[in-house]
Amino acid sequence: MDARAQSSDMEKRLVAALSGAVPGISAVKDLTAVSGGAVQETWAFDAVTATARIPLILRRARGSMRADRAYGIDLSTEADVLRLAKAGGVPVPDVTHVLKPKDDLGDGFIMERVEGDTIPRRILRDTSLHAKLVRDCGAAMAQIHGLDCSSLSTKLEARQPRERIARIRHDYDALNAPSPVFELAFCWLADNMLSDIELTLVHGDFRNGNLLVGPDGLRAVLDWEGAHIGDPHEDLGYISVPSWRFGEIDKTVGGFGAREDLFKSYEQASGRRMNPERARFWEIAFTMNWGIQCGQMADQFLTGVDPSVERGAIGRRRSETELDLLRALDPKGAADAR
Amino acid sequence: MLDKPSGKRLLDAVVALLRDELMPKLEGADAFKARVAANALELVGREIETGQVVEEGEHRRLVALLGRPGSLDELNRALCDAIRDRRITLATSGVSEHLWTSTLDKMAIEQPRYATFQRVRSEQKSGDAS
Repeated sequence: MDARAQSSDMEKRLVAALSGAVPGISAVKDLTAVSGGAVQETWAFDAVTATARIPLILRRARGSMRADRAYGIDLSTEADVLRLAKAGGVPVPDVTHVLKPKDDLGDGFIMERVEGDTIPRRILRDTSLHAKLVRDCGAAMAQIHGLDCSSLSTKLEARQPRERIARIRHDYDALNAPSPVFELAFCWLADNMLSDIELTLVHGDFRNGNLLVGPDGLRAVLDWEGAHIGDPHEDLGYISVPSWRFGEIDKTVGGFGAREDLFKSYEQASGRRMNPERARFWEIAFTMNWGIQCGQMADQFLTGVDPSVERGAIGRRRSETELDLLRALDPKGAADAR
Repeated sequence: MLDKPSGKRLLDAVVALLRDELMPKLEGADAFKARVAANALELVGREIETGQVVEEGEHRRLVALLGRPGSLDELNRALCDAIRDRRITLATSGVSEHLWTSTLDKMAIEQPRYATFQRVRSEQKSGDAS
C-alpha cells in the first residue's frame, strides 16, 4: 500500500473511532506525523464536523503492537493519569478518546491539541515569559503531588529513594558500559542517601521539552509515560538537570529560571515545606540517569533496534552528563586537568 | 601509502555538501535529520584527528594509577571496581586529574559546543592567566 492510501485508511479509522467522542464528525484532515520514536509515535490532525474543526493529537504505540517498554506506564494508563490530572486542575490536554481494539489503530489515545510551543530553545528565547513560567511549573508540580491516585484502575509503581536508586543502578549494570564518573556518583548517592518519605504521584519527566508554553505561560505538561509514585522532590530536582537547560546553564530551572523561585512557588501552591537538599540529590541522580539513557540509546543503535543516525549520535552524549557530574561532585578538580 | 585527499578532508567536504548545499533545500524532519548527520560526521572528523592520542593518554594514566599493565578496557573496568569498592576515591592521588582530563578530552571530540564544556575551558584559561 502506498503512503497516500495508508494515510486515507488511517483517516477513515480515526473518523470511526471518534464517532462517539466527537458527535457529527464527517472527516479527518491534515493528518501529519509529529514525531516517531522506536516505540511510540505522535500524529496531529483536525476532526471536521458540520460546524467546527477540532485540533487533535493521536499518541500511540508504533504499528499496531502494544508498547513494549521495560519501564513506564502503558498508553491507556497514561490517558487515565491525564484525566486524573485534568480533574485536579493540572494544566494538561483533555483526553478525547482512548483507543479500543475495534478501532484498529493500535494502543494509544486521542487528546486535545493545545496551541503553543514545546521547542526548548524557542521557549528560552522569549525571556519575558520566564518569571511566570517558573511560577507555573512550581504550581503545576504542587498540584500533581496533591492528586489522589486511588481511583486509577492500574496501580502505579511506588518506590522510596533507596529503591529508585537501586533501579538506576540496575539499568546501569545491565548496559555493561562502565563509567568511573558514574561509579563516583553512585558512591555520592549512597553516602547522601535520602530517608523514606511520604510518597506522592510524580510526573517523572518534568523538564523543558515536555512543557507546552503560550503567551500566558505554562499551558500543558506533556509526556506522562514516566508517571509513578515517589518522592515529590524527584520532579523538583529533575527540571534542573543541566542537559535540559539547553545552553543556559546559569538558569538552573530548565534554562529559564532559578531554583529558589521554583521552590517558593511550589511551597506557596502546596502549602508544604520542601527540602532543597532532597531536590539536589535527585538533580544529581537524574543527571546520571540521563547519561544511562544515552547509553541505552547507544545500545539500541548497536543492536539494530533503532539504527538511525539520531539514535547513534545520542549514544555519544553520555559524556556531557559525566562532565556535569564531575562539576557537581569535584568542582575544584578542573583547574588541575588539561 | 594512501593517496590524498585524506579521509578527514573528504569528510569535511561531505559536511560542507550537507550544510551548504542540501540542508537549505530541506525542511521539517528531513532538515533535522541532515543536521544530525552533519553533526555526527563532524564528531567522526574530530575522532579521526585526536581519538587515538586521547585513548593513549587515558591508558597511560590508568597504568600509572593502578600500577599494572592491561588493555584500556580492562584497566577502565578495574578503576570502576576500585571506586565502587571504595579502594579508590576522589582523594586518591591522580584520580581527580584523570577523570577530569579523560572527560574533557572526550567532550572535545563528542560535544565541544556543550555549554558546561565551554564554561570549564574558559575558567581554565582565566585561571592560567592569573
